[in-house]
Amino acid sequence: MVVISRSGSKRTVCAADDAARKLGLRVGMPASKAQALVADLAMYDADPVGDLAALDKMALWMLRQYSPVVAMDGADGLVLDTEGADHLQGGEELMLSGMVNRLRGVGVTARAAVADTWGAAHAIARLTSAEWTVVPVAGTAKAVLGLPIVCLRLAPETINGLRVLGIDTVGQLSAMPRAPLTLRFGPEVGRRLDQLFGRVAEPIDPIRSLEIVGVSRPFSEPIGAAETIAKYVGRLVVQLCAELETRGLGVRRADLIVHRVDNTIQAVRAGLAKPVRDDKRLTRLLTDRIEKIDPGFGIEKLSLVAVWAEPLEEKQQSSSLIEETVVDVTPLVDVLGNRGQRIYRIAPVSSDVPERSFRRVGPMSKETGIDWPTNWPRPSRLFAKPEEIEVMNVLPDSPPRTMTWRGKRRRIVRGDGPERVFGEWWLRDAELHAVRDYYVVEDEGGERFWVYRAGDGVDTTTGSHRWFIHGIFG
Amino acid sequence: MRTHARPSGIIDELREQIAKLEGGSARKAECLPFGVAEIDAKLPGGGLAFGALHEFAGGGAGTVDGSAAALMVAGIAARTKGKILWCLSRPDLFAPAISQAGLHPDRVIYVEADKEEDVLASFEEGLAFGGLGAVVGEIVRLPMVTSRRLQLAAEKSGTMGLALRRWRRQTEANDYGQPTASVTRWRISQLPSEDLPVGGVGRPRWLAELMRSRAGECAEFCVGACDGKGHLSLFPPMAYGQDQESRGRWHTAS
Repeated sequence: MVVISRSGSKRTVCAADDAARKLGLRVGMPASKAQALVADLAMYDADPVGDLAALDKMALWMLRQYSPVVAMDGADGLVLDTEGADHLQGGEELMLSGMVNRLRGVGVTARAAVADTWGAAHAIARLTSAEWTVVPVAGTAKAVLGLPIVCLRLAPETINGLRVLGIDTVGQLSAMPRAPLTLRFGPEVGRRLDQLFGRVAEPIDPIRSLEIVGVSRPFSEPIGAAETIAKYVGRLVVQLCAELETRGLGVRRADLIVHRVDNTIQAVRAGLAKPVRDDKRLTRLLTDRIEKIDPGFGIEKLSLVAVWAEPLEEKQQSSSLIEETVVDVTPLVDVLGNRGQRIYRIAPVSSDVPERSFRRVGPMSKETGIDWPTNWPRPSRLFAKPEEIEVMNVLPDSPPRTMTWRGKRRRIVRGDGPERVFGEWWLRDAELHAVRDYYVVEDEGGERFWVYRAGDGVDTTTGSHRWFIHGIFG
Repeated sequence: MRTHARPSGIIDELREQIAKLEGGSARKAECLPFGVAEIDAKLPGGGLAFGALHEFAGGGAGTVDGSAAALMVAGIAARTKGKILWCLSRPDLFAPAISQAGLHPDRVIYVEADKEEDVLASFEEGLAFGGLGAVVGEIVRLPMVTSRRLQLAAEKSGTMGLALRRWRRQTEANDYGQPTASVTRWRISQLPSEDLPVGGVGRPRWLAELMRSRAGECAEFCVGACDGKGHLSLFPPMAYGQDQESRGRWHTAS
């Protein structure tokens, strides 16, 4: 399959898939030649407008998902400022591999790179064969010196001119004296080189679409004090809420973008569990992390953007005279969640295996009313990993007489059981015959433990017959 | 709602005057009774005060795992109204047991933090929020200043704060003797379970020691663990022997 682009009456191949490349088709080849080489070639007309729209859509998705600062990078790429955002995805490596995999899931082959500068990431993503690359901090120069000069985002004529001079790689170009180059090709070459190596700042102007509601406030005199920032954030939030009200929306994710005088951008992101249009709550969430903002020499512009907004329904308050008021805990959940705490509820799962009998659900997920069965006692502390114990027991179906756990030998006075739990063969083949016999045992001091034997005590195919302690009763 | 008789009404009057002077607790303190007359009689106000910090810890090995104390706390939280915030850093709590103490899984929101300070911050945030039934925090260290912050947050919002103390090592538990701003301090130790006419483990029993109670006296109770609604029940007091042999044996008190 190839995609054909037209310029005037000339039709050329502008993209080819793996199968076509194996047959010898190349980008830039005339369409008629490609047709001559491969008889039943699937040819599609290029749709630059549609491509751009799709890229725009992807950029908006990235904006919600990965980072508050996303912009288009040429016609075929996106650039994200992920500083301070990668830890939310488990680090840079996981973020990149996850990004590439998710895009592959929707049928997009993508290459990704993280580097110190926009230029370096642009070059490495396009010119290395790896699906994703993470360039270590301050390793930019080493990574880009060997790359060809096409990666420099220069005009094609400039590239051709440089090639004529015998310059092929970034390393060669950066070793050239700057003055003759500027005289011959203009200042663009030097500027791109400096941007690549991070000698010149290159701020990313984040994309915005019409649906995204945002307000901003430039300052004639740069501000820096935390109180001043808080004051203006408060005003911006009021403005944003008024904007949202006219559209009937509530914020799910808001970004405060701080433009500093030295042309760098910082962002504070606040997420909410439910759509919100309450200015006090939003201000609280954003000002909660004001100390994370480094004002440097001053802030010249603050902008607040509701990156993710959802329709907000107004609800009529029931009279407190008739019904008991149900307190909405979402504000608290938002405050704690934005501080980076893991916040969740535990919901029952219908499984007899203790460690599979619960799962974490979102704190504001729907209340199901389902509870665990209460016919068997359950310990209040469950070990993540059952610990092996030594026991002495007489009969396979009775609780042990003594147990030694963490070097301490205990005489068992009372015991209850067995409660037999069968392996869940529909989850794992190895569990087809697996059995655990759980006992509640109590030692002389009154401490109660939940112990189990792997296996039924007779047949060794059911388990190793070793004993483990799995929990402590209260 | 004072259920216990005072030697004279003068003391009560004086207490009220002091409370007025203190100002912060000018609002009539509300309490959550245990529903066991003997325990409620020992507590000023006839129960655990709302808008106050209460400390719970286990005894013996329970200082590390806090298994009985966790159930005691769950039982108290179950009898309040509204959502419960449970702040922890070691996620080894087995939710079905909490549900068996009467606390439905839909009511509990867990906040898990990596650091002890974050647990305390969530604890305080939860107390200051108001509108929760109770806030539970599993914490190791509770210095005076921290406990005072928590107590003030609780007083302001009227939410009950339940600090579940659990240490890393059993030897660190002597920290529990240090003074804090909490209103009551409890130690819950496990006792041999109720005797059954047949083999097996009966209803678990605890020794609940009220080690400190502001404007009240210390006491200890032998109780049966929380039932499905979070209620305790009282057992006759334990007969202690001097020797270890008779300790842990159950006698009906005459």
